[in-house]
Order: sequence, then C-alpha cells, then structure tokens
Amino acid sequence: MKRLLTALMVIAILVAMSFSVLAAEQPFKGTTLRIVLSNHPWTDAIRPLLSEFEEATGIRLQVESLFEDQLSQKLLVEFASGTSTIDVFMQRPLQEAKQFQENGWYTDLRPFAEADQDIDLDDFFPSALLAETVEGVLTGIPIVTEQEIIYYRKDLFEQAGISVPTTMEEFEAAAAHFHDPENSFFGFVSRGQRAAAVTQFSSFLYSFGGNFDVDGVATLNTPESIEAFTYYGDMLRNYGPPGVLNMSWPQALAIFAQGNAAMYTDASVFYSNMLDPEQSDVGELVGFAQFPAGRAGSRPYSVVSWGISMAQTSKNKEAAWEFIKWATGKEITLAAQAGQVPSARTSAWENPEGVKSFPAQLVEVIMASSEGSMPYDRPNVIGVGEARDVVGTVIVTAIEGGDVAAAANKANRDYQAILDREK
Amino acid sequence: MLSRWFDKRIRYLFVMPALIFVVVMMAFPILYTFRLSFTKWSMSATRPPVWIALGNYVSLLFNDPRFWGAVGRTFAFTLVAVAVETVLGVIIALVLNRETRGQNFIKTLFLLPMIATPVAVGMVWLLMFEPSIGVINYLLGALGLPQGLWLASPSQALASLIMVDVWQWTPMITLIVLAGLASLPREPFEAAIVDGASRLQTVFHITLPLIKPTVVAAVILRTIDAFKTYDIIYTMTQGGPGFATETLNIYSFVLGFQYFQMGKASALLMVFFALVLGLAIILNWLKKPLAV
Repeated sequence: MKRLLTALMVIAILVAMSFSVLAAEQPFKGTTLRIVLSNHPWTDAIRPLLSEFEEATGIRLQVESLFEDQLSQKLLVEFASGTSTIDVFMQRPLQEAKQFQENGWYTDLRPFAEADQDIDLDDFFPSALLAETVEGVLTGIPIVTEQEIIYYRKDLFEQAGISVPTTMEEFEAAAAHFHDPENSFFGFVSRGQRAAAVTQFSSFLYSFGGNFDVDGVATLNTPESIEAFTYYGDMLRNYGPPGVLNMSWPQALAIFAQGNAAMYTDASVFYSNMLDPEQSDVGELVGFAQFPAGRAGSRPYSVVSWGISMAQTSKNKEAAWEFIKWATGKEITLAAQAGQVPSARTSAWENPEGVKSFPAQLVEVIMASSEGSMPYDRPNVIGVGEARDVVGTVIVTAIEGGDVAAAANKANRDYQAILDREK
Repeated sequence: MLSRWFDKRIRYLFVMPALIFVVVMMAFPILYTFRLSFTKWSMSATRPPVWIALGNYVSLLFNDPRFWGAVGRTFAFTLVAVAVETVLGVIIALVLNRETRGQNFIKTLFLLPMIATPVAVGMVWLLMFEPSIGVINYLLGALGLPQGLWLASPSQALASLIMVDVWQWTPMITLIVLAGLASLPREPFEAAIVDGASRLQTVFHITLPLIKPTVVAAVILRTIDAFKTYDIIYTMTQGGPGFATETLNIYSFVLGFQYFQMGKASALLMVFFALVLGLAIILNWLKKPLAV
C-alpha cells in the first residue's frame, strides 16, 4: 500500500512537472492574435520568422497585410465600429497617432514596457519614441525610420566633373546643368501631388529656416517659408519632368529609376527600389548624398514612418504584448535590418551585421542626416490630412508659377484655424 | 389558429424580406447620416458626437469654396460626359443596327469597356496618360501632333477624366439604343421608302423620334450614374492636381476619412442626396411629355 502511494505520488509529481515544462514552453497555447500589417519591406522581412514565434509561445497568428491606404481605411472602419477584433496593427505615427489616441483606439504600451525590461526602450532613438508618444501615452513601438536624402547619378556627376551639391545654390546649379528636356532628361524630380508632396517638401522648408508652425502659431507665410515654397516650385517647374503635379513617389521614383533624371529627393527607404534591377535601370549608378544646406543648414526630416501598436479593444493584451516585444526585439530588428529595413534601434545600427546590407555611402548619409534633423515631416496636428492639403495647395501654386505669397497667406490663415481648433 | 393568422397576413409576410433589406441597408444608413449631419464627430470611441444643429450646412454652403468648386465640377463632368456619350452612343447604335456580318462580334467588343473594373480602368489610363512615358503622348509625338499634360494639368485633368468615362460608358447607351431599335415596327420605314425619303431623312424623321423614349431612359440612367462617379477619379487623380478634379463624392470621402469630420461629410452627402433626388425628379418630369 505504501509503495503504491509512493508510486502514485511520483507519477503525480512527474505529470505536474511535465505540465509546467510545457506551460513554460508555450505559455499562451490556444490564443489567437489577429495582426494587421502594411505591405512593407518590414512585413516581408519578419513574415518567414513568424512560425518561430508561434512555436515558442503557442500563439496562433492570423496575419493580414494591406497597402497603406487600405490599411488606414480598414483600421478606421473597424475601430470606429467599436467591435474590432484586431489585436496588433502597424500604423504611421505622424499620420495617425494623434487622431487615433484622441479616439481612444490605442493601448498604452508604457506600463507593459516598464514591467518588462526585455524590450529595452533605451536602445531606441529617443526622437523615435517621442514620435510615438502622444500626451504621455506610448502609442506604439517604432519599427521603421527614414530620412530625406538626395539620390543622384554618380556616373553623370563624374563625367561632368561636378561635385555633389551640398548647398541649395549648388543643388539648383547641378539641376540646371543636367536638364535636357529635348531628350526627356530632367535635372530634378520629386513629388508634386498636393498632399503627397508635403512630406518631401518639409526638409526644404526646415533647411530654409521655415517651419509649419512655432508655438501654436502658423508660420507658412514667413519670408523663410515663402522662399522655400518658391525654391521647391521653381526647381520642379524649371528642371522637373512634365506632369509633376500628378506625381507621388511611385511616379517620381519611376522617372529617376528609368534613368530620366539626374537628382531625386525622397525618403531613404526607397534605396532598395533603386538598387533592384527588376525596378530600376540605374542600379549601380545611384549615389546617395545628404540633403543640401539652405540658410539654416541641412535640416532633413528623420522620422518614424511605421510603428506597431496594440488595439484598445484587444482581448489578448498579454499575448499581444508578447508579439510586439518579439517583433521589435533586438534579434528580429537586426534580422529586419539585414533585410534592408532601417530600424530605430541603436544596437542594430552599431552592429556590423545590421548595416551589412546597406550601401556604405547610404549608412554614412543616414548617420550624418540624423544630426540637425527634424522629428516630423508633416504638420504635427490631429487634423493632419486637412493640414497637408492646406500646405500642399501652396506647393501646387509654386510649381505652377502662381502667386506664392498670396497662396501662403491664405494657407497660413487656414492652418491657423486648424491649430486653434485643436487647442 | 396560428396558420389562420399567417393566412390573413400572407401578403405582408411575403414582402417582409425585401422590406427588411431596404430598411436595414438603405433607409437606416440615410437616416443615420441625416442625424450625423447635425453633429460634430471625429469617429472617436470616447467622445460622442456633439449636436451643432445646422452648423455643418452653414459652413458648407457659405464658408467653403471647395464645396462650390466641387458642385460645379460634378455638374460639368456629368453634363459633358453624358452629352458626348449620348451623341456617340446613338450614332454607333445606328451604324451597328444594319444587318452586317459579324455584328454580334462587334457588339461583344463594345461590351468590354463596360465590364472592366473601374479601378483597373483607372490604373491603365493613368499609365497611358503619363506625360513623359505614356503611350498617348508617344503616339501624338510620333504623328507630329502637340502633346498634352493630361491628368497632370489642372486645366486638362477634368477633360481627361471625361474621356475615360466616355470610353467606358458610351457602349451602355449604344446597347440600350440597339435594343430600342430592334423593337421598332417595320411599317413606317417601308412607308418612307415608298414615299422616296432619303436615308438621312428617314433617320431624322422616323428613327430618332421613335427611339426617343429609349434614349431618354438611357440618358437618365447614365446621368445619375455619372453624377456619382468615384472610382476612376480616385484612382487617377484623387481630386488633383490641386483640387482641379475634386467632385462632391471625392470631397465627401476626403472630409470623412482623411479629415475625420464625419458630421460635415454627412451634411455634404445629404446635400448630394438632395441633388441626385432633384435631378431624378426633373429628368422623370421631362420624360413624361416625351413618352409616346
């Protein structure tokens, strides 16, 4: 009898132990997370790694990925309905964070991050975390950063014996030198579509000493701002391709990638499109340079273009945090950066593995650009869509060669109204 | 007992599914939009809509040049597109109506633009309109003709969109008119031949008057449809360059889903709804004396 009891106890202990081992291995077994992502190189980079996460945690991931406009709309409609089943989603902090926070759609990640030192928030660029923080709430963890840089044709600059422009004057002179519209070759290309142009114009605005607003006062019609609008408009009108008014990045990038332009200013993330022989005829010929300096120096934006967040309505917050922690952790960040996704983690940039896949010249430019950079590339307000249209109207007027000062005055009034509304 | 109750009310019960569908899918959204149009709401889960009475309507009708610009463009787009489509559609129908070999094949070809998805149509035309690498400018250049900026020019963009609409929807008018032509009696035409009328005289004095009701029906359908065109504009210009192609539909989308002004967007949609309703009533009223 005693022996039997002992045997039973041993078995019971063994069973209990094996259960606890299993539980430690797959603590969230049976949980399903619904994750909505954007069609972005970051998503491509982590997709093959998802099964590792599922095995380690027992969480089943249901991943949807959409183009960014559809993603925004899906999030809006689902969250507004109040019955969303989304647990984790990708978002653009500068475009959405203020509005989404205002609408109560985020779970504050700060308590999670403070309770769980594994995430190591100190490893992130401080400005990147700032971009995700709205009224003290950490709305997301930054995953992708970008700066505005100059893409230029190394071969042509070498042939012509022109050095890469470092100031706005040199920039214009180089554009004028290469501009040859008779042969469909243009000195400069960038975005001209109303709202889409605003982000790429912002670096020009800052470098000329302007800004969207200062201390709640709109500054779109200051002499510096008007000079920036005029410069950008003149550059595209005089040295840009026809039809620039209907160009966002896909069109502008296509012109440069097909070898029809000498210089292109846009976000650094597009370098992989440039180097990809499937998408680009200029691959090896592309050089990268820091944004040209205006009166206020070289002041490109350096922003968090994407972050990953937890929905307020999520019913599996612990599991969702587990996923966010994993996806933004040092290991996965390094893997994503090896897949050419510029991250916001210092450790990934300092690791030789993390910069191996980037052209050396680009890493230099990105590092140099972070000095003196601005943490936002669009008006920093809740009504950002409306504000972008207001600013974009002036850009369009400038490209058309219209009365920039008058347009800027009107835009300044409209923008002030948006600022006042949000006070 | 129960079955008698059902029997007595069977005529109501049978229409219930359709009635419920209409109420849930049409009446409710319209009424909800109507209520929302008197409020200010950013889709927030934590801040409910705030009642501001006619505030949205006042700001739209009296303080918003973009609204009036959009109204003008919506009417211009509809009028020009439908006029061109009607004239072309009737001419093509008259030409196709002759007994020729391969007529069915040609009719099928004509159907193709109509069955294409508008978004795909928009993307393809966007490429064709591209000023430096698009095929349209390439062909014009090869023929030595002046090239256009098309969608990228504030003055040509709306006309370019109308071209696409005409390409896509002229076949619809053609098909409806062809159906009308097929149902015409033969006697008046035989009489015209006996009386020695020329082909043109026959067309203007016999064919056209006879198919007038059909044409009017086609125009009404097309007008209401053209009025709410959204997909091709959104895919090709998103209302740009500047605001040069922003119609009421595009503006309401921007107000609602980009500016988060659900109240104002709802007010705009109510105005739009009233316009479409008014248009339908006017067209219906015009149709009456025409109907033979």
